[in-house]
Amino acid sequence: MSLLSLENLATAYDTPHGRFRALEGVSFSVAQGETVGLVGESGCGKSTLGKTLMRLVPSDEGSIRLDGDEITTAQGRDLMPVRRKLQMIFQDPFASLNPRHSIRRILTGPLKIHGVASRAERNRIAEEIVSRVGLPPDALDRYPHEFSGGQRQRIGIARALILRPQMIVCDEPVSALDLSIQAQIINLLAELKREYGLSYLFISHDLSVVRYFTDRVLVMYLGRIVESGPTREVWDNPRHPYTRALIDALPDAGNPREVAPLSGDLPGVQNLPGGCRFHPRCPHATDLCRKVEPLIPENGDAHAFACHHPLPLTA
Amino acid sequence: MSAVLAVENLSVAFGPARPVERVSFHVNPRETLAIVGESGSGKSLTALSMMGLLPRNARASGQILIRTPRGRVDMLALPERRRRLLRGKQIAMVFQEPMTSLNPVHTIGRQIEETLIAHEDLDRAARRARVRELMNLVRIPDAARRIDDYPHQLSGGMRQRVMIAMAVACRPRILIADEATTALDVTIQAQILQLLDNLRRELDVAVVLITHDLGVVSQWADRVVVMYAGLHVEEATPAQLFADPLHPYSHGLLAASPRNAEGLTYRDAPLAEIPGSIASARAEAGCPFRPRCPAAREVCGAVVPPPVAYRGDRLVACHFPGILTEEARHVAAFA
Repeated sequence: MSLLSLENLATAYDTPHGRFRALEGVSFSVAQGETVGLVGESGCGKSTLGKTLMRLVPSDEGSIRLDGDEITTAQGRDLMPVRRKLQMIFQDPFASLNPRHSIRRILTGPLKIHGVASRAERNRIAEEIVSRVGLPPDALDRYPHEFSGGQRQRIGIARALILRPQMIVCDEPVSALDLSIQAQIINLLAELKREYGLSYLFISHDLSVVRYFTDRVLVMYLGRIVESGPTREVWDNPRHPYTRALIDALPDAGNPREVAPLSGDLPGVQNLPGGCRFHPRCPHATDLCRKVEPLIPENGDAHAFACHHPLPLTA
Repeated sequence: MSAVLAVENLSVAFGPARPVERVSFHVNPRETLAIVGESGSGKSLTALSMMGLLPRNARASGQILIRTPRGRVDMLALPERRRRLLRGKQIAMVFQEPMTSLNPVHTIGRQIEETLIAHEDLDRAARRARVRELMNLVRIPDAARRIDDYPHQLSGGMRQRVMIAMAVACRPRILIADEATTALDVTIQAQILQLLDNLRRELDVAVVLITHDLGVVSQWADRVVVMYAGLHVEEATPAQLFADPLHPYSHGLLAASPRNAEGLTYRDAPLAEIPGSIASARAEAGCPFRPRCPAAREVCGAVVPPPVAYRGDRLVACHFPGILTEEARHVAAFA
C-alpha cells in the first residue's frame, strides 16, 4: 500500500488579477521506502505541491491520503499526527532555522511539542541525531549563523528527522550548496533512508541529481504532471517533448554544442495557453494541441505521459 | 595571437585576509575562458578586479593588462576616470541577478541607451535606432514594443538579455559573465549560453564565464581555469580536464558530480565525496587543499605548490599532479 497518495489535487492562489490554479489534476503516490523525484522549471508548481502536501497552503480540490488517513483538510491539532509522519527539508537552511534559537532548542522543540519523554530524554535524542547527521557534538549549544551552508543543511535534516517521520519532502535540498558539499548531503540522505526506511519526495530542478537519487520521477509543466514513470525509463526514453528538452538542455560533455535549445519563455499560470499548456514552445505542436489539452492517463507507477504526439519509443 | 587580457600575479587583500593570491592567466581573442570554483574560491573577486570594480577596502596588487587600440594598459594602476573609459568599451560584465542590476524605475530602452550616451557620440534618434538593433541582436522579440517596458514586465531570461545588450552596446573586446545563467531555468540557461556564444562569433568578443557549473564548462569553454581558496590550481582544455584531471581538487569535483555517476543510482553506490569544506582552507601553512586531500603527504603541509606548466599547455599547482587520476586508473584496471 502506498504511504502517500494524491488524487486529482488542485491548489489555487488569489492574486490582484484573479484566482489562478498553480496546480491542477495532480495524482500520484509514493510507496514506503521509495524516492520520487519532482522536476520542472520555476513557476511550474513544484514548490506549491510540496507546501500543499505539508498543509502549509490549502488545496482547492482533490484528496491527500497519508498512511491511510485523509489529511486534505487537516488543521490545527489534527496536524500533529501528520507532522510526526511527514516532514520537510527546505532549500535555504538559513532561512528555515530561527537565528535566535540554539541548535538544541531547534531540535528539542518538536519533541517537546509532541510530548516526547523527559527533558533528559529529549536531550539524548538530540545528541544522537546531531552525531548521526555528522555534526560535531558541541553543535547543540551553538547558533545557526555559526555554521557553513552544508552544515546548516545537516541541521535542517536533523530537525526534519527528530520526530522519526516516515516520509520527508525535500524541496531543492542541495541547490544552494557547492558541488563538493552536494555529494556529502545526498550521500547522507541516502544513508538515512536506508537506516530509517524513509520515503522521499525529492523536488529539484537539477536533472542529474534526480537521475541519481530517485526511483521514480514526475515531470511538471505549468501546474500539471506531463510525464511520470521509473526514472531510468523516463530518462532513456522520454515521450513528452518537454521532458526531452529538459534532458537536452542539461549541459553534458557528450552533447555537441549545437543542440537547438527550447525557444520561448515559460508563460506562467496567469496566462495559460489554451489546449496543451506546452504547445507554444513545442516543436511538434499541431491544431489538435492548440485545441485539446492532453491529460496524463491513470497508469499506476508505470511510464505515462500527457501528449497527443508522443516521441517515438527508441528501444 | 596576443592576449586581449592578461592577469598577472593578482592578489586581493582585505586587511589580513587574502581571498585571491598570486593568480595569473590570460584571455585570447574570441575564445571562451571559464573560471570555475565554489563559493570562497575567489572567482568573483577576480572578475571584479578585471573590471576595476573592487570594493574600496580591498587592496589589489599585480597587474591586469588590457589590450586597447592604443597599447596595453593596467586596469589596476589607472585612476577611476580612465577605468570608466575602459568599462563598456573594452571590457564589460553581466551579473548573476539581472533584477538587482537593472534600475526598476527606468525603461529597458533607456537603460541600454545610457551605455551609448556614456561612450558614443550619437544623437537621440540614432541612439534609439541602435538600441532597437541591440535588442534584435540579443533576440528580444518585438523590440519596437518592448523598448518601453520596465524590468519587472520581463521574465528572468529576457532581463538577462537586456543586461547582455547593455554589456555589448559599445562593442567591448571582453565580456565577463559572472554566474550569468545560474539563476535561470535549464531551458532558458541553454538559450542564454547559446546567445553568448553567437555574440562571441558575431561581435568578435572574448567571453569569460565565471561559473561553478562543470556542465556549462564542458559544453561551452575553450579553456578552463580552476580556482580553489583564492589560488589558481589548474588550467586545461575541458577535454583534458574531464579526461585527466591533474589536481586532486579537480579530480574530487568531477567524481562528486552526479552527472558522472554513469547511470548508477544511490542504490548502487554513494557519490564520491570531498570531505570537509573550503572554510578549512588557508588556515594553516602549505597547500590550501591539504586538509581535504586524500593524497596529501608531508611536503603538502609545508610548501604551497605554485602553478607550473605541465605537458606543454597545461598548468597545475600540486606537488603530485595527476596522482588521484592515476590511482583511480589502477583500481579500475584491477577491478
